[in-house]
Amino acid sequence: MKGWMGKFRALFLLGSLSLILSGCGVDKVSALKPEGYGAELLYDLMILSIAIMIFVFIVVMAIYTFVLIRYRQKKGQEDYIPKQTEGNKMLEIIWTVIPIILLLVLAVPTVTAVFDLAEESSDEADIRIDVTSAQFWWQFDYAGEEISTSQDLYIPKGERVYLTMKSADVIHSFWVPSIAGKIDTNPGDNENTMYLEATEEGVYWGQCAELCGPSHSLMDFRVVVVSPEEYEQWVSDMQNADPEAEPETQVAQEGKEIFENNCLSCHAIGSQPKGVGPNLTNFGDRTKVAGIMEPTKDNIKQWILNPNEIKPGNTMPANLVDEEEAGKVAEYLMQLKPSEVTPESAQ
Amino acid sequence: MSNEDILNPKQMPHEPEKATLEGKNKFVGFWFFLGGETVLFASLFGTYLALNDSTAGGPGTEELFGLELVFVMTMLLLTSSLTSVYAMYHMKNNNFSKMMVWLGVTVALGLCFLGFEIYEFYHYIHEYEFTFRSSALGSAFYTLVGFHGGHVLFGLLWIMTLMGRNAKRGLNLYNAPKFYIASLYWHFIDVVWVFIFTVVYLMGKVG
Amino acid sequence: MSTAVAQKKGFGAFMWDYLTTVDHKKIAHLYLVAGGLFFLLGGLEAMIIRIQLIKPDNEFISAGLYNEMITMHGTTMIFLAAMPLLFALMNAVVPLQIGARDVAFPFLNSLGFWLFFFGGVILNCSWFMGGAPDAGWTAYAPLSTTSPSHGVDFYVMGLQISGAGTLIGGINFLVTIVNMRAPGMSYMRMPLFTWTIFVTSTLILFAFPALTVGLFLMMFDRMFGSVFFDVAAGGNVIIWEHLFWIFGHPEVYILILPVFGVFSEVFATFSKKRLFGYSAMVFATVLIGFLGFMVWAHHMFTTGMGPVANSIFAVTTMAIAVPTGIKIFNWLFTMWGGAIRMTTAMLWSVAFIPTFTIGGMTGVMLAAAAADYQYHDTYFVVAHFHYVIVGGVVFGIFAALHYWWPKMFGKVLNEKLGKWAFWPFFIGFHLTFFIQHFLGLMGMPRRYWKFLDGQGLETGNLISTIGAFFMALGVIIFVWNIIYTHMKEPKASADPFDGRTLEWSIPSPPPFYNFKQTPLVRGLDALWIEKSEGKKAMTPAEPLGDIHMPYGSIIPFVMSLGLFIAGFGFIYQVDNPVWLSLVFIGMGITLGSMFVRSVKDDLGYHIHKEDLEKGDGQL
Repeated sequence: MKGWMGKFRALFLLGSLSLILSGCGVDKVSALKPEGYGAELLYDLMILSIAIMIFVFIVVMAIYTFVLIRYRQKKGQEDYIPKQTEGNKMLEIIWTVIPIILLLVLAVPTVTAVFDLAEESSDEADIRIDVTSAQFWWQFDYAGEEISTSQDLYIPKGERVYLTMKSADVIHSFWVPSIAGKIDTNPGDNENTMYLEATEEGVYWGQCAELCGPSHSLMDFRVVVVSPEEYEQWVSDMQNADPEAEPETQVAQEGKEIFENNCLSCHAIGSQPKGVGPNLTNFGDRTKVAGIMEPTKDNIKQWILNPNEIKPGNTMPANLVDEEEAGKVAEYLMQLKPSEVTPESAQ
Repeated sequence: MSNEDILNPKQMPHEPEKATLEGKNKFVGFWFFLGGETVLFASLFGTYLALNDSTAGGPGTEELFGLELVFVMTMLLLTSSLTSVYAMYHMKNNNFSKMMVWLGVTVALGLCFLGFEIYEFYHYIHEYEFTFRSSALGSAFYTLVGFHGGHVLFGLLWIMTLMGRNAKRGLNLYNAPKFYIASLYWHFIDVVWVFIFTVVYLMGKVG
Repeated sequence: MSTAVAQKKGFGAFMWDYLTTVDHKKIAHLYLVAGGLFFLLGGLEAMIIRIQLIKPDNEFISAGLYNEMITMHGTTMIFLAAMPLLFALMNAVVPLQIGARDVAFPFLNSLGFWLFFFGGVILNCSWFMGGAPDAGWTAYAPLSTTSPSHGVDFYVMGLQISGAGTLIGGINFLVTIVNMRAPGMSYMRMPLFTWTIFVTSTLILFAFPALTVGLFLMMFDRMFGSVFFDVAAGGNVIIWEHLFWIFGHPEVYILILPVFGVFSEVFATFSKKRLFGYSAMVFATVLIGFLGFMVWAHHMFTTGMGPVANSIFAVTTMAIAVPTGIKIFNWLFTMWGGAIRMTTAMLWSVAFIPTFTIGGMTGVMLAAAAADYQYHDTYFVVAHFHYVIVGGVVFGIFAALHYWWPKMFGKVLNEKLGKWAFWPFFIGFHLTFFIQHFLGLMGMPRRYWKFLDGQGLETGNLISTIGAFFMALGVIIFVWNIIYTHMKEPKASADPFDGRTLEWSIPSPPPFYNFKQTPLVRGLDALWIEKSEGKKAMTPAEPLGDIHMPYGSIIPFVMSLGLFIAGFGFIYQVDNPVWLSLVFIGMGITLGSMFVRSVKDDLGYHIHKEDLEKGDGQL
């Protein structure tokens, strides 16, 4: 692909491929609509590999079609015995060498990308987040900021955010297709790292990509990409959030009490202490309940009463409180909005 | 070759273990089998090496192992390998009774080895509370060494069965391959032990 | 009255015959029937999976049951359908292709089958005994080691027992090919199918022990309290991934290489041409087998092995595309200049080329380690391996069955029905799986019980499910074809397709001793050489003489039954030590039958020359 003609053709092919493929999928979900450094790098690699493969496929299919049309046994020639060729050195060398060259063309950018994406944080000032997966939710601890949250991961646009991944139980895999690739979260000492660098603001779909139990398919989360200023704001709001703050309405106050008696042993509000269940500090700002349902009071109630009906196999006990109490807890949780910066800001 | 010829050969050929097609098949097949066994032990070694520091607060290899006992065990097994070579030498010379004697010595040495191994495990369990369940190192150690011990036991039972079955009828072209591959198996067990001695005990002691 | 008794007796004798047989041709029948039934079972599971995914947020089956379905679909198809069907082909064909009267170890051949069979039965018993395994066919720890039901225990015991059977089969075929070739058949005159079986058997030999060890560790963790995969006690869950894939990747080539052999035979026969570039094909087969052991970690690019390991495994994986490409071109040029007859066997083979090319290409895309961070564990991967395994292995098995059916059963499968089975399956296959590439890239991970509305995944999944029904239709027509053929079609001749290799030089089906006189092989395509010189049959390499044959035995069946019984003991002794008695009974039966086998001489018998001459007219 050195000559200008070759270059032109290759570019044309790549361009039209990109056009066709980017028609696929939904914004903020699909790997074919990259809006992050990693996803874009990988998208380019994908397009390059598809282009090479399509070239190979066309060659194979051309020979294939010709052979099948030209060399069918004709009527009346049943006794014809074709020449018994043993092989052809030249041809065999050609179809050994050309694939090797094509593979080298693919191997070089592959290796470059592998090393590029393996970069780890070298600066204390970087944003570093510990990601912990558990059946079937995600915990995010902002290193050095004393912020803990779950399910919605806030990051600033245009900055590299370094993630350290581990798991509290079985192996999961952290994947935000539109921003970056995925990496497994392992239990024990096998910690992994990756980084996110979003190029657009928005709310991105993240999911678990390693079979982790019955509700594997429901272990969704969101990455909320906001402007750097909004991110600063969010950080300071979260740090200043007062877990003890009294809710405004009577119902919510009652809800707080019920929550403290029944739920606090697992669910933390504020960054301390760490609970075994999702951190609920900014629950009122969440995009979804349990990662999959609209954040309405009814849905929250339904979840509190029987979480296993919605996410089979999760460890939250059912019917800790009655229906009326669940409503009050929902009321309390929905007003937990410590920050002005919400998913709506990410547009 | 008819069955009569196989059971009552007029004279022993140079390589009785490969004189019949069945014998040849056994010979080749057993070598392949040992290839598979090699992968089996390689996987166990790999697992052990991945876990040899995972003591979970329990005793580590340096604290546990004493080289004296293991050295004696190594000598026992190496010697037994040598005695099985003598046995095969006598088989080729069609000297059945000498073959049986040397096989007997091999079995005796193998039994001693096994006895020491059982003592060793007993010692770790009772003196150090180092068990199969106490740490990942324990699981890996007992699995690797235990698999080897299981092979030794199986080999002993195998050789003893062969000796018992053929005690009265002497050598022929039907049982010669059987004796031969049993001795191959025994050598293999021995080689595995050399690796265990090096990787588990020496490296565990020296660090 | 008397006829009923006679029939009953006939059936009993028939069953006894198959339970005790050590004849490779009958063992091939056993593998075919058992593998075929498991294939239908795995297909049923696939249909249930596709129905669950027909629309977003579907509640057709529960989340737990869905995980059991995907686990059992994968495990069944790989271990209990594809492998035994290939073993059926090996058994039916390899001894005939090399001019042998049986395999090297007829007894072990039978043992291998029964171990596989009882392993498969144990695994499927789980459905009726508290739930099937639910941790995926890859059974990653600690999901598998902590799975609460007994399902994974059944997985461990079932695969351990059937795996032992496979290993025995692999060794058996290695020795058969090394030692039992007819005079004149040097390695470079072996038919390519035999070559691929040779390499496959080597892969089995060196790959399966890794699985054996993995399964032992898992068994110890689940049943005897060891802590290999318990991170709290210093365990490491990545060990399982390595052991599984050190086995698992060669396994892929264990499946695909035999069908490469099948296609090589089919293309040559139905183009009436010698295989193009035979020595390059042999070389490519060996190279694929060798490289197959160097690439296992490409299944683990997202495990976190670091950039160096990822790069190395990416490059070695890409390298495999080269020998595979050589094969594709050699097949194309085998047809080039030939006289192509589009029989059903050829149709399946011709359909394989574009399908497998796509599967191979997506394989190279997946090998690009960084890009795999996007593809990994998505429907892109699902699409890729179905293109390879269905488009390669299943197409190949269909081609082989059409090709060798007369040799196995004495009748040529009906051509018209064969083509009717082909088209819905072929179209359905591409409908089902092509779209899945895009579903994966659009963000759908694999093993998802539900996908949600509004993610753009609705149409693709619907199309995929529709395609699955077409495939099912194709399979039903194929089954009907078997029944129809055996009721209506006439007896086949010895050489119905104008074949090139030794199996076509003897009657269809062959007598139980295969070759009355061992043939003399004078080159590649031994029979073709004789035919092209105007001869009707092979030149014998020996005068007519007595033929040595092995006795049948029930011991393999009993030995496997013992392990089957012990398997349940192992699984349930966790709940109550009383079950340990089953372990002792089962192991006692197995070791006891090994002892009996050891001390009882089994020298076989001879068919006398005179009887062979007498039977001449009927053969």
